[in-house]
Amino acid sequence: MTPDDALLEVRDLRSGYGASQVLDGLSFSMGVEAVAVVGRNGMGKTTLCDTLVGFVPPSGGEIRLSGRRLDGLAPETIAIAGLAYVPQGRRLFPSLTVDEHLAMLARRARGRRWTPDAVYELFPRLAERRQHGGADLSGGEQQMLAVGRALLLNAPLIVMDEPSEGLAPTIVDVLVEVVRHLVAEGVAVLVVEQNLRAAVRLADRQLVMVSGRIEAEFTGEELLDRPELQRRYLGVGSATAPTGLATGSQHTEGDDA
Amino acid sequence: MTPALIDADRSSPKGRVTELRRPSVWVAAVVGAAVAAWVLFLAEGTPAGAAVDDPGKFLVTVLDGVTFAGLLFVAASGFTLIFGLMRTVNMAHGSLFLLAAYVAIRVQEAMVGRSRNIDPADVGLLDWLVPLLAGAGVAAVLGLLIQQVFLQWNEGQEMRQTLVTLAITVVLADQMLREFGGLAQRMVWPGAVTHFFSVMGERYAVTRLFMLAIAVLVGVALWLWLTRTSVGMVIRAGVDDRQMVRGLGINIRRVFALTFLAGSFLAGVGGVLGASFAGAAPGTDGSWLLNALVVVIIGGLGSLKGAAAGSLLYGMVVAFSPAYLPSQYSYYAIIMTFGLLALVLAVRPYGLFGRPA
Repeated sequence: MTPDDALLEVRDLRSGYGASQVLDGLSFSMGVEAVAVVGRNGMGKTTLCDTLVGFVPPSGGEIRLSGRRLDGLAPETIAIAGLAYVPQGRRLFPSLTVDEHLAMLARRARGRRWTPDAVYELFPRLAERRQHGGADLSGGEQQMLAVGRALLLNAPLIVMDEPSEGLAPTIVDVLVEVVRHLVAEGVAVLVVEQNLRAAVRLADRQLVMVSGRIEAEFTGEELLDRPELQRRYLGVGSATAPTGLATGSQHTEGDDA
Repeated sequence: MTPALIDADRSSPKGRVTELRRPSVWVAAVVGAAVAAWVLFLAEGTPAGAAVDDPGKFLVTVLDGVTFAGLLFVAASGFTLIFGLMRTVNMAHGSLFLLAAYVAIRVQEAMVGRSRNIDPADVGLLDWLVPLLAGAGVAAVLGLLIQQVFLQWNEGQEMRQTLVTLAITVVLADQMLREFGGLAQRMVWPGAVTHFFSVMGERYAVTRLFMLAIAVLVGVALWLWLTRTSVGMVIRAGVDDRQMVRGLGINIRRVFALTFLAGSFLAGVGGVLGASFAGAAPGTDGSWLLNALVVVIIGGLGSLKGAAAGSLLYGMVVAFSPAYLPSQYSYYAIIMTFGLLALVLAVRPYGLFGRPA
């Protein structure tokens, strides 16, 4: 990926909360593709997402989407500029029904690729639960709604933070299929994942995050086939890293759909 | 706390069982039963007498409570709307209430063509509705100005915003005294509703039912706005998670402005209703700010359902206390209000429909 044809280009990004610096000169770029950022707990993955979408203002560096500077802009401006967000924990609105989650964004989506109807077509289960409150949905349905809500922005790039968290394997399959489908349609997807099994299925490029920087890049096979890489970067199998990356077994402990 | 203007979630049966085990719930139930028994059978020697002996008086008291609750709801709904979304305790709410009342009275005087001793017979429906819209409109515009000029710069600093609105209240009270004088004034109900009818031998004013009807209309309109329009959904979503709303590309500042406009308009409608019902004078602003506060503390700050429930409870206590306290204790009726507050807060510290963070 050369900077010229990059959809998203992040250069020397610095960010954190108060005095604590979490992102420490992070750089990467991506085109219209699926990219996963993997790393241990506490390496700054969620801070990266929150900084990209403007929830946390960066203290330095650049974020460019199709060449346009996004760093320092308000979250709503960043979203409209083309960066949609599926946050960790989904952050649905408990007071709103499924239908209302989508209806509140319908006006801007009108006449574009992703409308509420198109989302219901993609996730028929949501269509069955239109009148249900966000809190009544299963984990899988909540994730579908969070993705559907982000799709309504019709953005060229969707950032997903831990999308497989707490999902049954069958729902992760749906997620993988949807992400592939989106990339085929020309939508870029940046996935931040703790779950390596899910990450390699969701994306081809794996960016390894260590202490607020992208330390290395591998393909999914490389990471899966070489335990020493997993140990070195992700702490898998290492006694010194009890909060290391899960390699798939944690799938099943979440609520199912 | 995270309130919901209109909440879609239901408390689990398990939660309810746990709650029933809490002693304060039992205390509330016992107090409720004792009050009911008193009013129904035992209240002899009170101005109204026991309800079984004088059902007419009882019905009138209920009507008093419900109609006053309507006014309370209109006054408190805007307050709770603004708080729910923006976390701003708008201390200027009472000032907007009073300003709308004064403006409406002026407009009505101009429309009727006299400034004193206006006969209801000379007041057509339009001579009441146009001043209502004018007064509420002025309150809405001033509220929007307050938000745009003073509050927007302090976004996220709720305490500072609250203090700013408190300062505005002081300034407005002074200016209104200068402009409108210190004497109580009254908005005149339209002649068409200035009648009495008879319920079980008691005369009752149609104007109070008219006031209730307006309040119900306002409540229904507000509910439709919040549930059926995309702006309303955005407001409710914003009450749940303001940051996420912004992350979906929604300009929250515009929504804030609109909410302040609507909330201030509601304060204005309340003010005009209040001026027709009980008049307007210096001090009305403070007492109605207090009324709105009591209602939303009972109902839960930020919850529209709570505002309705709080209004009804508070309205009932205000109506029943003077009627059903023993005659020599009628002066203590106001204390019952605070008894209600204490009771509700003991059972549900965040109010009936409020939720902790």
